Amino acid sequence: MPDRVPIIKINKTLFVSIQVDLQDESVMQLQEDLAEELAATGARGVLIDITAVEIVDSFIGRMLTMIGSISRLFDAETVLVGMRPAVAITLTELGLSLRGVRTALNAEKGLELLSGKPLWTEGTDGGAADPVRRRRGAGPPAGTGGGRTKRAFPGRSDQACHRGQ
Amino acid sequence: MAERSGLSLVDQTKLVTAASELARNALIHGQGGLARLETVTSPNGRGGVRIEFADEGPGIGDIDLALTDGWTSGGGLGLGLSGARRLVDEFELTSKPGSGTSVVVTKWSR
Amino acid sequence: MDVDSSQGRMAAYMRDHQDKVVGRWTELVVTGVRGRISATEIRRELEDLYALVLRTMSGSDEQATGELRAALSELSRSRARNGFSPSETALNMFSLKDAVYELVADAADLVPEYLAFSRMVDDLGLLTFETYAAAREQVIADQALAVMELSTPVIRLWEGIIAVPLVGTLDSARTQLVMETLLEALVASGADHAVLDITGVPTVDTEVAQHLLKTAGAVRLLGAECIISGIRPQVAQTIVSLGIEFGDIATKATLADALAYALGRSGQSIGSSIGSGGGRPSGPPGEA
Repeated sequence: MPDRVPIIKINKTLFVSIQVDLQDESVMQLQEDLAEELAATGARGVLIDITAVEIVDSFIGRMLTMIGSISRLFDAETVLVGMRPAVAITLTELGLSLRGVRTALNAEKGLELLSGKPLWTEGTDGGAADPVRRRRGAGPPAGTGGGRTKRAFPGRSDQACHRGQ
Repeated sequence: MAERSGLSLVDQTKLVTAASELARNALIHGQGGLARLETVTSPNGRGGVRIEFADEGPGIGDIDLALTDGWTSGGGLGLGLSGARRLVDEFELTSKPGSGTSVVVTKWSR
Repeated sequence: MDVDSSQGRMAAYMRDHQDKVVGRWTELVVTGVRGRISATEIRRELEDLYALVLRTMSGSDEQATGELRAALSELSRSRARNGFSPSETALNMFSLKDAVYELVADAADLVPEYLAFSRMVDDLGLLTFETYAAAREQVIADQALAVMELSTPVIRLWEGIIAVPLVGTLDSARTQLVMETLLEALVASGADHAVLDITGVPTVDTEVAQHLLKTAGAVRLLGAECIISGIRPQVAQTIVSLGIEFGDIATKATLADALAYALGRSGQSIGSSIGSGGGRPSGPPGEA
């Protein structure tokens, strides 16, 4: 029975923390589960934490990119956080750029990204991600209007949880 | 084993990732096979790890084609063999249609 | 290395005259090293080797050959690391021939055996030489690595902005090191921007560009933006004529430009006002 990766929903974001190097079946299961969760909850963001993952090969890489595409179909954005340097170097050597999935150094930055603070224009997949960001009103930094306010996650979680959208 | 032979973390990651690619290949295209691990020592005293993947599958017809980025006979990204080659220091592929495939990869400590 | 049992007689003869032969051997080797190693230490080394040689020659001990080769290799590596020349190192073995020859010069019946012995020693001498060469290469490789590591510092330009000035050629080995160092620094500093300054890189051809693109790709996987600075006019022309595309990676002429750009991207700006004591960069919105 392959491990099932838990998906935690906090407000409008789905959190996935991968703790071990997953078997193929578990990753495919995760993809399925995420699709279902996105459809059921209307979540706008997916944060996948791979801080604990030591090996990412082309199969896992492909799955991650697919998860990104699936999320976009549900008008949600995916951020991959916590990639280890050794993994990044190996993926680059393999020729996998994981275009189509945004990345952040850690969960905190990942959440900032999801909540609309644009660190810079992400030209990674030449357009596919753009429409999503534009729809979210991401543009000038927080403070210039729009329905969303940028919040840093730590210390504000109580407010975020009760925002009630 | 990789740690004991003095491979750095990055080198270990690369080797294991390459192994993952090759094992998957052997499983999917080669209908399963054997993997063999050993520590090796180079003539000038450096340590290393050598892994062999051998399957009894249909074999590879055009080896050059199989080793190009993006070419795939399955539904994959086509990066498995060529990618694995870039991750290791030595890469030996022997295959003949009908008599299976063997891939031997070696990673040396720096 | 074939050892036939006729070596047994030679071995016995050599064992009987061990002191004399080892003494002469030591003399010859000592002359060769010219004082860099003490005579006592040499005598000790050679005595050990002599014992192994005898065991190998008498053919009774299967492990002896392996041990002898291993001991010689180790000795050879040590000489290589300590700066001895290849000849000086090989002399270790070859002078044994001279020492033994002097011993058996008058014993005509041992001549065929001496020839076999001589061939064996030649073999061992070659082994010494090969091991030496390999060890020297390793020393050179280690030194090259040390130089590379010294020349890849990561500088913290500003809060959230780190830079690596690259000096010299950028080959794949160097690129690996840069990637490792840079990515570790990204994790440690939590930086959002990494600047690769190539002012000190003499030529940027397709290969170098590929290395840069690889590095930028890895940086991106860790959620940071990569900026390449230090594009000199000639380099710019070469890049364009080679058809190299840097895609969405920002490129700037100078490190200063890259810094200003990165600051702008992170919502900060450097301004200067006349008459109010200079400018100060404002912090990113929402942070203290």
